[in-house]
Amino acid sequence: MGEKILMKGAEAVGEAAIRAGCRFFFGYPITPQNEAPAYMARRMPEVGGTFLQAESEVAAINMLYGCSAAGKRVITTSSSPGISLMSEGISYSAGSELPMVIVNVVRGGPGLGDIAPSQGDYFQAVKGGGHGDYHLIVLAPSTVQENVDLMKIAFDLADKYRNPVMVLSDGLLGQMMEAIELPDYIDPNSFPHKDWAADGMQGKRKKNLINSFDLLPEGLEKMNKKMWQKYIQAEREEVRFEEIEVGDADYIFVAYGTVARIIKTVIKSMREKGHKVGLLRPITLWPFPTKKLQELANKPNVKLLLDIEMSFGQMIEDVKLAVGCLKPVYFYGRQGGMVPEPIEVEEQMTKLIKEAK
Amino acid sequence: MEQLTHRPTPLSDTPNTYCPGCTHGVIHRLVAEVIEEMDLLQKAVIVVPVGCSTLAVNYFSFDSVQAAHGRAPAVATGLKRSLPDNLILTYQGDGDLASIGTAEMVHSAIRGENISIIFVNNGIYGMTGGQMAPTSLLGWKTETSPYGRTVEANGYPIRVCEMLSQLNGPALLVRTEVVTIPGINKTKNYIKKAFTAQMKKMGFSLVEILSTCPTNWGMTPVDSLKRVKEETMKYYPLGEFKMAEGL
Repeated sequence: MGEKILMKGAEAVGEAAIRAGCRFFFGYPITPQNEAPAYMARRMPEVGGTFLQAESEVAAINMLYGCSAAGKRVITTSSSPGISLMSEGISYSAGSELPMVIVNVVRGGPGLGDIAPSQGDYFQAVKGGGHGDYHLIVLAPSTVQENVDLMKIAFDLADKYRNPVMVLSDGLLGQMMEAIELPDYIDPNSFPHKDWAADGMQGKRKKNLINSFDLLPEGLEKMNKKMWQKYIQAEREEVRFEEIEVGDADYIFVAYGTVARIIKTVIKSMREKGHKVGLLRPITLWPFPTKKLQELANKPNVKLLLDIEMSFGQMIEDVKLAVGCLKPVYFYGRQGGMVPEPIEVEEQMTKLIKEAK
Repeated sequence: MEQLTHRPTPLSDTPNTYCPGCTHGVIHRLVAEVIEEMDLLQKAVIVVPVGCSTLAVNYFSFDSVQAAHGRAPAVATGLKRSLPDNLILTYQGDGDLASIGTAEMVHSAIRGENISIIFVNNGIYGMTGGQMAPTSLLGWKTETSPYGRTVEANGYPIRVCEMLSQLNGPALLVRTEVVTIPGINKTKNYIKKAFTAQMKKMGFSLVEILSTCPTNWGMTPVDSLKRVKEETMKYYPLGEFKMAEGL
């Protein structure tokens, strides 16, 4: 630790992955994350790793599938339309219980959309994207430093649960430069060998099968239930969030990623004006900090919650599920790649506070 | 008493459930015999496709990875880049390889990816119940070409080996058959050459094997063998389209 440098978000993701012991990158160009594969193309040969530009996102995710099946730490970075193309492979990877890290630098959508920051892929990341009964573990950084810090956690969680992990970033976090502190290198040879990997029997064991398939419903239900148990464990053990000034707050913002960062500015300004506002920032979007939200909503002094997103409102469904009828939940959002200004967010909350009084 | 034959150890003892007259059983055995003879059992990883031969997840006794429809060459790429000294092969039908997986097949060949593809071409979708494939011959009546395949509607059947032979990446491209005894013997030899090419890191190898589908062709197994000889082999000439020096 201690090495402090100025780095672009997308490149920091790449460096952090290498330092987390990842030596394999497969991807396909798409804006606004092209700095990440370009960085990996330069860096991977320096550390004896593999960088390969695939012919499509469809191929890229399946290269991850094969690489992970061989027992390696592997990553891809992409952006919204690319993630749509990868969704088939993500479903297969979840079904075959293959650990991998997928970074989505979210841009405006739907369709071709634009290349500006957005949070329109929350549903895709958290509620599925691909077909079938599965979850991704979804991490949402809100600073370049957090891009770095969450990378090791993402790989560790992927390995712990044998499940794909998605880092849900956005165009702003990918493009912005910040001073960051990089962690030490982890030696990829220091990880325990994955005894389930299809890396050749080498005379040491019987056949390993990487598979999401069973024609018999009884058999598939068994596989599904095994995954379900992992998800229950993840919901119990892996929830992460940040609380900003929620201790005495009467009015609570809920936001993640870039928006949460903006709200930190809003809180400072509103606190100076005497408003007791705070922020709950989910870091894991799945598993979602449901209990924490319930706990906050149950506090007698808390009057309302205001969910802010760069979408029509996607995370708010999970906020409402958690809060139920305990307290009113309001929404404000910008779409199409527009990033809310602190002043407009402050206006929304100020209006709600006036109405509540 | 002298034992004349045995089950090659790369085959599991699970009885296969392929249809009577299907040639998958023969081809599985050839792959297994070659792996045994080349002593590659402990190094082999097979990528199993979507189609009838998805069932192969149960039939080989060595490491197996089941891939999404058409994506086997990409999965094999990920495996091979991670395990450069292992034998990585895919086993794909014509719907999987020549239709939905065209891009993955072509680009792994372009890269000269050091993998071996066993491409089983019977000109029809088997597992889904007899739909037209890009390899179905003109005039063939299938579930989705009930009046016969026409050039106007569907174009001409794709000749994979000829198409890939324009590329520099492949070390071996051959078309063979398993409907005659000499054909079966030749096929085994080609599979051996393909695996040799890979282990010598010479580049991409693909063995296209003309085969049958009695069930979806609506024919007896014997008539199916005849059809390959009289129809399929006329449109898909057997031969070596690429054979790198030293193979």
